[in-house]
Amino acid sequence: MTEVATARKTLLEATDLRVEFPSRGRRAKAVDGVNIAVGEGEIVALVGESGCGKTTLARTLLGLERPTAGRVMYGGAPLSYTSRALKAYRREVQLVLQDPTGSLNPRHTVYEAVAEGPRIHGLPDEERIVAEALSHAGLRPAERYFLRYPHELSGGQRQRVVIAGALALQPRILVADEPVASLDASVRGEILALLLRLREELGLAALVVTHDLGLAWNIADRVAVMYLGRIVESGPVEQVLKEPRHPYTQALLSVLPESPERVVLAGEPPDPTRVPGGCRFHPRCQVLASGLADEADVGHRCRDEALAVLPAVPDAQAACHYANR
Amino acid sequence: MTLLELHDVSVTYRIAAGEVPAVRNVDLALAAGEALGIAGESGSGKSTLAMALLRLLPRGARVDGRILLDGEDVLTMKWGRLRAVRWASASIVFQGAQHALNPVRRIGDQIAEPLLVHGLAKNPGKRVAELLGQVGLPAWRARSYPHELSGGQRQRVMIAMALACEPRLIIADEPTTALDVMVQAQVLSLIKKLMAEHGISMIMISHDLSVLADMCDRLAVMYAGRLVEVGPSREVFHDAKHPYSRALAAAFPTVGDPASRMAPRGLGGDPPDPMALPTGCPFHPRCPVALPECSSAAVELWPAGPGRTAACVHVLEDPPAAAVPDEARVAVDKEAS
Repeated sequence: MTEVATARKTLLEATDLRVEFPSRGRRAKAVDGVNIAVGEGEIVALVGESGCGKTTLARTLLGLERPTAGRVMYGGAPLSYTSRALKAYRREVQLVLQDPTGSLNPRHTVYEAVAEGPRIHGLPDEERIVAEALSHAGLRPAERYFLRYPHELSGGQRQRVVIAGALALQPRILVADEPVASLDASVRGEILALLLRLREELGLAALVVTHDLGLAWNIADRVAVMYLGRIVESGPVEQVLKEPRHPYTQALLSVLPESPERVVLAGEPPDPTRVPGGCRFHPRCQVLASGLADEADVGHRCRDEALAVLPAVPDAQAACHYANR
Repeated sequence: MTLLELHDVSVTYRIAAGEVPAVRNVDLALAAGEALGIAGESGSGKSTLAMALLRLLPRGARVDGRILLDGEDVLTMKWGRLRAVRWASASIVFQGAQHALNPVRRIGDQIAEPLLVHGLAKNPGKRVAELLGQVGLPAWRARSYPHELSGGQRQRVMIAMALACEPRLIIADEPTTALDVMVQAQVLSLIKKLMAEHGISMIMISHDLSVLADMCDRLAVMYAGRLVEVGPSREVFHDAKHPYSRALAAAFPTVGDPASRMAPRGLGGDPPDPMALPTGCPFHPRCPVALPECSSAAVELWPAGPGRTAACVHVLEDPPAAAVPDEARVAVDKEAS
């Protein structure tokens, strides 16, 4: 499959987004300056470890958090936070969560679960909408599932019901937070294939939040790697995952099974209330630790000079003094 | 030297609706110093099998067959002997360390507990500090409570506990499932290092074939309570003989492999209900390469190359003609319907 950074029309976008929370008397900079854009019909993977701010970023894009600074744009217009505007927005931008068992009410049938959204939005012809959504999600014939309860379904079927619930509102983009992390290995591929098929059939875009680089390789057009509140590298999947330029991306790829040489970073992801000065990755950076950065005479910049926020462009880019020397 | 031998081990749960065969007729052997991976999905019986090894299953479970640890049958051991064997000969690292640790007791006291129970440490404080050091945690962490630690640190504490009595076998049940990639890499390389240093054998359980292939010498793949393939881990991962193992291996793509780019691979259908297993090969309803006889012919682990076995008719040179349906099986099916 060829991959060109084609100029898709931007659907959902964040510009210079910052989200801070109070945390034990300090400010946690969960999202600390992020530009990201998802085009129409595009699948973007947002990759990072827990605590990097990827879920906060996703929630802010959905309008579930208000940004401290910067803004969310949808279809070229800034997101409005009135309840009426948010209600309309959430028809178009739908959320799919990690654990389908937790997302479904155990006492609601499949029909009720999928019909909830259309009812809230007062859509006519509910039964047809539910049947279509279920069959788009791969539960066919849909009528057979109407009266089932979540406990009668397998994990993969439950996640399909959750996705059908999102599809019932005919959204233009799904924001999926670890959509396959709690599913069995053999089911994982089926759900990912479903996301690809929905893009093909319905032109549905997706922002998939994950820690799993294999998932990005499986379905995403572009990938953005997040570390401590910032996107540190982004670009077309083939480029970023085959020739990573940021040491953090390189380390993440190196610890995948099968990779020849491992770079296991010591320590835990750092604390968003204490973002290190200079490059925020420098205390854990293997390139700086190995002396390579100093040999190239950029080590002092790594330690002292903060990096600019990466713009939301489709081309490959990395926020790294060493890579950009 | 063989450390652990399983002969025809079956585990059956008794529930209100009847008997659930969770593990069926498993034969396995583990040499001293060897690492064996058991792969399978939820419901395949892999965790049940692991728990059975130290008789940690709930009351309603019946274990048949023989489980020999150093030649001694775990299933017929007296309670006192079993207590001595647990921790001291074999210990378990459970998945989800946040639930396996006691939230209101300090880490140090929890690590010291097996030492005290077994009367192994005159100076538990010193031994606890030593164990924390081995898993890469500072000694002052002994005074911390579980909630003060990150997920990776808690999993390290679990490993320290498992090492405390210097067992010869560690059973690790999804030891890194809930952890981040980088923390997972830290914990896995720690396990690898400690195993090599102490000459410990390991049974590692996971649904992630790629992790098991990396960590283990041999792999055993389970489906619907049975072993469907056993062999050297690299070979099983890269050149599986059983179509189910192939599907599991393909589920975790190799980044950079053009074959999996924009082509996630899964397996249609769902694992079977253990109370109503399909006839013939239990995998046949989901099998992409099933032959007509697979729905009736019984399968067993057949030789599939040096050191390898697989329960698939495709490994036989002459697949058996459709066998006469097993009468007992038909009778059970009738009862169930």
